[in-house]
Amino acid sequence: MVFFFQKWYRLTGRIPHNRKDMAVDTFQYTPKINLEFAIGEKDFFMAGESASRVKKTLQQLGMKQEIIKRISIIIYEAAMNVAIHGSQGMLRVFITPEEIMIETEDTGGGIPDVDLAMKEGYSTATHEIREMGFGAGMGLPNIKQCSDELKIDTKVGVGTLLQATVYFTDNKGKTSR
Amino acid sequence: MKVGELASVLGLEVLTGSVNLDREIRSGYTSDLLSDAIANIEEGSVWITIQRHINILGVAKLKDVAAILIPNNLQLEQEVIDKARAESITILRGSLSAFELSGLLYNALKRG
Repeated sequence: MVFFFQKWYRLTGRIPHNRKDMAVDTFQYTPKINLEFAIGEKDFFMAGESASRVKKTLQQLGMKQEIIKRISIIIYEAAMNVAIHGSQGMLRVFITPEEIMIETEDTGGGIPDVDLAMKEGYSTATHEIREMGFGAGMGLPNIKQCSDELKIDTKVGVGTLLQATVYFTDNKGKTSR
Repeated sequence: MKVGELASVLGLEVLTGSVNLDREIRSGYTSDLLSDAIANIEEGSVWITIQRHINILGVAKLKDVAAILIPNNLQLEQEVIDKARAESITILRGSLSAFELSGLLYNALKRG
């Protein structure tokens, strides 16, 4: 844990609020790393690139390989959903010492039936998209499997807000750092 | 086994020049569904796929693959090859099918 906070401090110049014992009084206690990516329609490369960049940040923070793998899958799938279905949107990643929250917000067509969209193999992707190897109906199920918490707020014709959280600590989530 | 060795042993074409040929191969995975690839490819794998659009590079980078292997002598656009080179991703190509290349890769890795 201490090693993580040392890296954290080196990267952010900030001290986690639950580790004030490590801090000098003059530091600001705002332990956050926020990353933001704009994803355009059919901008698949940016979707993949954003996942790679977040992965690199997490590696620099010294997180466990297993948790990085889960987070990478969530970001890739969520960003791809925006590129495929979302018209255009944003990917935002909020990292604190306790958790990571991945949020995508798009102005696409929305999801008429979320339960159905959660079913493995169900997809509304077009033939062209499927030919590229997307649209297998595994996106949302993959995200759900990798998240500790998943919220989807969607309205047909307006867009979708997806928030997936992975906890780093044992008491809240499936895994520890 | 290194990427360069695999290419010479299996008679594969190297499309990306000298990029990453010293990389050690740890495993292999064959899939054309990107969601499946993202979920299941192990780091340092050779990924066999017939997909040739630019998005395979995003998957390859994220999963840190040792190389992408294109079967059936399928053609790639120069844009994809250039981008792969820029991103230090090796692309190999073989004349055999994905099934046959998977078998050969499996045996080559098993022999070590």
